[in-house]
Amino acid sequence: MIRGLIVAGVVALGVSAVVAQTSVIKDRQDAMKQMGAATKGPGGMLKGTEPFNLATVQTSLRSIADAATKAQPLFPEGSGQGDTAAAPKIWQTKADFDNKMKGLAAAANKALADIKDEATFKTSFPEVAKNCGGCHTDYRLKRG
Amino acid sequence: MRKWLVLLAIAGFAGLGIFWVLSAPRPAVAVPNAALEQGGDKDRGKIIFMAGGCASCHATPGQDDRLKLGGGYEMPSPFGTFYAPNISPHPQDGIGRWTVADLANALLAGVSPDGSHYFPAFPYTSYARMKLDDVKDLMAYMRTLEPVAGKAKTHDVPFPFNVRRSLGMWKLLFFDTKPLAAAPGASPQAQRGQYLVEALSHCAECHSPRNALGGIVSGRRFAGGPDPAGKSWNPNISQHPKALGEWTAKDIAGFLKTGFNMEGDVVGGAMGSVIKNMAELPEADLMAMGEYLKTLPSLEPTARPAKK
Repeated sequence: MIRGLIVAGVVALGVSAVVAQTSVIKDRQDAMKQMGAATKGPGGMLKGTEPFNLATVQTSLRSIADAATKAQPLFPEGSGQGDTAAAPKIWQTKADFDNKMKGLAAAANKALADIKDEATFKTSFPEVAKNCGGCHTDYRLKRG
Repeated sequence: MRKWLVLLAIAGFAGLGIFWVLSAPRPAVAVPNAALEQGGDKDRGKIIFMAGGCASCHATPGQDDRLKLGGGYEMPSPFGTFYAPNISPHPQDGIGRWTVADLANALLAGVSPDGSHYFPAFPYTSYARMKLDDVKDLMAYMRTLEPVAGKAKTHDVPFPFNVRRSLGMWKLLFFDTKPLAAAPGASPQAQRGQYLVEALSHCAECHSPRNALGGIVSGRRFAGGPDPAGKSWNPNISQHPKALGEWTAKDIAGFLKTGFNMEGDVVGGAMGSVIKNMAELPEADLMAMGEYLKTLPSLEPTARPAKK
């Protein structure tokens, strides 16, 4: 009886660990999707396929800062297994990774303060986007 | 019995002789070449350099300055590991002593100044379509860059692929040096785009599947395929609805300039490096690349192995 309970407990622990890990992967993927959705509008404006709109840019930057703040703690040690594109390098240089994620939130907030019109948008927004590309190069496995 | 052995030996020598003739390196231009050494516009050459993506492989990894071309970038492949050489103007370790004709033979024929074949990890299969004037301009620009001391590692390519002469046979199979032919009715802009995409930026070199010998599978150019390094997948960039079919030329130009795709994602990795090169091109050139890519057929994506 007691042995049965212990076994059940161990199994439950194992299952909940897997569930927790799956959920952390999903949560950070959602945060990344939030960033992507937020970047779409300003991306189009930068490419010249969409007209400039200050309000959209500001909403987007707030959303990017929010998503980066949410995503940063969602890469706990051991969450590199499973259906994830997170590169093992994240946990090899975790301090750098965390700094970069915080750097993205800071860059988005700085751009929010700096961007007043289309001209300041064209100089400031790419500074935010640099953070995305830099991290994707080092810490994201290509989807494949 | 002895007669057969003699005949066999003769056939063997004849075979070797045929191999030797067929596999000979064939330079594109004569060296020395006084006409090629005249002129050359370094400002135009910078555009050629950026469009050609030279820095993406030849800049030494881990440094901020993409114009220090000390080499060393590692390229694993099914045939061995290649290391991009030093192409800075350093006289001993780089290409500081090269003539324009030497550069033309490297780019247009895949032949080194000492007359041997280059491995096609160096995409001369695309550069072969370059105009000689552009080679001149490119050299004028590259001579303005900083000389970097130190040679890159030598390629780690095992037998039989390390027999350079056999690349002559590879070239007979896969190396097409015919000049680019414009599609009938192609606009001047699309033709400029064709030159950029096919000759300089060598997009198809990564965005196509390759066969067992490392040649691009015919009829599947731009359909995407596994990265030769084996770690990732290079996407389909044909006009398939799930590839670039829904993108406008302007979307493509904007992507090349900024790295933002249609989902608001920002590319990293090798394509991130390509975007750094592309961002240096005039917008008209990026639009031209978009116009040309829009003229390509729609190809089904290359079948991918099931996810683990």
